[in-house]
Amino acid sequence: MTANLKAKIYITLKKGVLDPQGKAIKSSLTHLGFSGVESVRQGKFIEVELGDIDKKTAENQVKEMCEKLLANTVIENYNFEFICDQQ
Amino acid sequence: MTSLKKKPANNDGITPQIVSEHGLKPEEYKKILGILGREPNLVELGIFSVMWSEHCSYKSTRIHLKNLPTKADWVICGPGENAGVIDIGDGMAAIFKMESHNHPSFIEPYQGAATGVGGIMRDVFTMGARPVAMMNALRFGELSNNRTKHLISGVVAGIGGYGNCMGVPTLGGECNFHKSYNGNILVNAMCVGLADKNKIFYSAASSVGSPIVYVGSKTGRDGIHGATMASAEFDDESEEKRPTVQVGDPFEEKRLLEACLELMATDAILSIQDMGAAGLTCSSLEMANKGGTGIELILDNVPMREEGMTPYELMLSESQERMLMVIKPEKEKQARAIFDKWEVDFAIIGKITNTGRMVLKMKDKVVADLPINPLSDDAPVYERPYVKTSAEKTIDYNSLKAPKNINQVLKDLLRDPDIASKRWIYEQYDSQVMNDTVAASGSEAAIVRIHGTHKALAITTDVTPRYCFADPFEGGKQAVAETWRNITSVGAKPLAITNCLNFGNPEKPNIMGQLVGCLEGMSEACRALDYPVISGNVSLYNETNGVAILPTPAIGGVGILSDCNKKVLNGFTADGESIFVIGNTAGHLGASIYLRNIENREDGTPPPVDLSLERKNGDFIRSLIEQGLVTACKDITGGGLYVAIAKMAMKNNIGANLVIKSDIALFAYLFGEDQGRYIISCASKDLAKVTELANKSNIYIENIGSTYGSELNIAGEKVAVRELVDLYEGVLPDYIDL
Amino acid sequence: MRSAVIIFPGSNCDRDMYTTIEKITGKQSHRVWHADSKLPEGLDFIAIPGGFSYGDYLRCGAMAARSPIMSEVIKSAKKGLYILGVCNGFQILTETGLLPGTLMRNRNLKFICRTVNLQVANNDSSYTAGYKQKQVIKVPIAHGEGNFFADSSTLQEIEDEGRVAFRYCTQDGKVEDQANPNGSLNNIAGIFSKNKRILGMMPHPERASDSIIGSSDGKVLFQKLLGAA
Repeated sequence: MTANLKAKIYITLKKGVLDPQGKAIKSSLTHLGFSGVESVRQGKFIEVELGDIDKKTAENQVKEMCEKLLANTVIENYNFEFICDQQ
Repeated sequence: MTSLKKKPANNDGITPQIVSEHGLKPEEYKKILGILGREPNLVELGIFSVMWSEHCSYKSTRIHLKNLPTKADWVICGPGENAGVIDIGDGMAAIFKMESHNHPSFIEPYQGAATGVGGIMRDVFTMGARPVAMMNALRFGELSNNRTKHLISGVVAGIGGYGNCMGVPTLGGECNFHKSYNGNILVNAMCVGLADKNKIFYSAASSVGSPIVYVGSKTGRDGIHGATMASAEFDDESEEKRPTVQVGDPFEEKRLLEACLELMATDAILSIQDMGAAGLTCSSLEMANKGGTGIELILDNVPMREEGMTPYELMLSESQERMLMVIKPEKEKQARAIFDKWEVDFAIIGKITNTGRMVLKMKDKVVADLPINPLSDDAPVYERPYVKTSAEKTIDYNSLKAPKNINQVLKDLLRDPDIASKRWIYEQYDSQVMNDTVAASGSEAAIVRIHGTHKALAITTDVTPRYCFADPFEGGKQAVAETWRNITSVGAKPLAITNCLNFGNPEKPNIMGQLVGCLEGMSEACRALDYPVISGNVSLYNETNGVAILPTPAIGGVGILSDCNKKVLNGFTADGESIFVIGNTAGHLGASIYLRNIENREDGTPPPVDLSLERKNGDFIRSLIEQGLVTACKDITGGGLYVAIAKMAMKNNIGANLVIKSDIALFAYLFGEDQGRYIISCASKDLAKVTELANKSNIYIENIGSTYGSELNIAGEKVAVRELVDLYEGVLPDYIDL
Repeated sequence: MRSAVIIFPGSNCDRDMYTTIEKITGKQSHRVWHADSKLPEGLDFIAIPGGFSYGDYLRCGAMAARSPIMSEVIKSAKKGLYILGVCNGFQILTETGLLPGTLMRNRNLKFICRTVNLQVANNDSSYTAGYKQKQVIKVPIAHGEGNFFADSSTLQEIEDEGRVAFRYCTQDGKVEDQANPNGSLNNIAGIFSKNKRILGMMPHPERASDSIIGSSDGKVLFQKLLGAA
């Protein structure tokens, strides 16, 4: 069964990799008065519209996209979900 | 322009409210009716409104700008084209201009500054020049103002982000802070390019029947200011369609640059113009108006980024990274292949006609039909009333209390953000890409070698707004003179200037008076120094809540160094060298940094500029440099002589023993901002020769000491150069990074 | 000695690179477009220059590394060709896996352009044989993402195998944090492949090959290498 699918892909830094951007954000939040912030990690959000496709094929394709290009697997993890594209 | 609250009464019925929302006055609208012989439709009204806006028509300043000196034997093209062109010898030309992007940078500092850089680069490469240097003149509010940190971080990151990605070195500029810029920052970007002097491309499109080609980024709704007349009401969807901040794409522009330069190496291009302010409207109209021809555009063919774009949006969009060109019809395939290689959109969107009219078609219907000549040439010209700035009182240093500790004053001045090191800024710019940078930020003038030769261009930007505020005429003179001095200080011959006039609301007579005064001063200096204006830009309405910026006519100067090995930099180079000051010191403290910092006053007349003395002293300095007699040179500016000495010492950590023999008070001598002066160092063996040459040419020269050790020593008071370095370098990092 | 410089959309330092090579060898260097499917015949040396290939979008060098020509470059590497990646070129080499680790955003989050001191960490290679071991040279950097990172086992391997080519150091050659401009682990400024024929470095040796524009310490690298290849 196919549908117009849109992949929402989250690329995040692996645990243990230093994140200077996250650190700077945490510092700014603290300065703004948000005292309870324990940590901030910054990642990337990528949306890919796949058109009319079945879910299994879509999953395989997006996994390959992440492995081959979208994530640097040396330092990044990825996960994704699909939504039905209304357009 | 404010956004419409409700749909117009009839489709395209022009109401007075719509006219005023387009920034047009009733009498201007009447003029339009007279030109057309009928009512315009909305698209046509939009076109008139942008062409007759201050930004495109220069209506407040045109009558004054035409008095600027723009000619010299080495000027190939003065103001009127995308940028100015000068002959620099050996078949080469330098093409340059400065432009402002003030208001967008206040709203979105990174993108405002970035797109400013992109825009000025296009102005230069559209004429066939590969950009080889960027400079910038920045003004921010006080450090204590709560937006300043955010603005300076964003602007500097944006300039670096765009310029570095384009691979053009950013070589320097200036950065000042003052409370008058709290609500209106200034971001002026200057670009210099090099071209074969016989291969300059102009915008006039005269070849009837030739195709008009659009290249570059797709067109979106960027920069259309709220007047989205095409959509009916404002609901959630319309919200998304509303004007977006212009976001620059330097990667697109880099590919566009390379594709254009590759095409320019062939003979395919007849005329070319970049799409800047007022996008497709202004560029197509300019091309046809200059060529005395007409244009027909098929808007359906314009590459679009969004769905459902209307003719109005397509004509008024200010999407970045786009050019318009007219090519030889038989060269279309060759041209398209080049743009395909660089993956840049290439679309034929119309043709040049002989009707003298601009005809726009979409979906086979004529959506606008306007006469071109009146649109450009009948734009309103205002003779705004103006009132000259009333004279300040001269300040006699004898009326001031002498400071207790000269070196403490020095430290205070070195900590002034205007004077302090700008390393925090310039290390975010790639100053070395293209491998021809001989000297960059921190030098009196940037020096960039002309690729493949021993010659170099010397480039600088300067203006002292507090002088312009005190006396616009003297301030305008001084701005030009200082750039001339900067270029001279490195051993180069000044050739021509560009300028960016940043002022408040010209509808106020006192502001208009500042503008007129500065222009008159600039003109006088340009004439006396043989240093014409070849391009420029005006930015008005820089004021918030009635508070205007200081009048800031930023000058960008370019000169030529015939042998870059003969250049001179501005740091002491060795121990035991003689230090001279060229030019007399009277101890002028009016409108000085000393007065502002130490006495907390911003009044007083600015130091007067004697142009014939400037010329005499400068020509002398250049001849000394040419003879290899100078080891370091710096012209004296804000903070005066002692600040200049300190900067020369801090460069290479070489101190000096200073012996001042003068009748005037020491603090006035050391911190006075008298103009037309230079500090030079020379080998002790050349001391006699330099003195003799000065005397022969009737040049005022004083031996004020010699370089020595690692301290500045004056009248028995010492301060370690390293201590000064820590203060001087620490100001911006401590402010921004902490 | 036949050399080539790869040009990607967004490369900026290609002209600087081939001009430097040509000045030293007296011979023209091939300019190879990223979309070409084949490299010129008989190459000995490939340079991947600095710049902002693909605008640095997604990750620096990520898209360039997947360009058609790069699969040929990878094949050449297997054949033992000399490959130099400078700045964006280094980033591209790590993205292809020809060199280990990755270059991340500078720890102070800003682009930095300045001349730094580098310690020649290992002069046992065709690139560095012209320098003395631990010699301090001056070479400019200009990057926003030069922070070298590798996981601890990879880092250990690089160090143990003597594959660090250059480290950021003080004027006196001390490898200290204060001399580290971008946060790179172990102050690493450049590394070799296992066979030491591939060198990736963030500083720009082609910008240090002409004293009028700053330093000529980088010239030695090219002279030695282009003599060897």
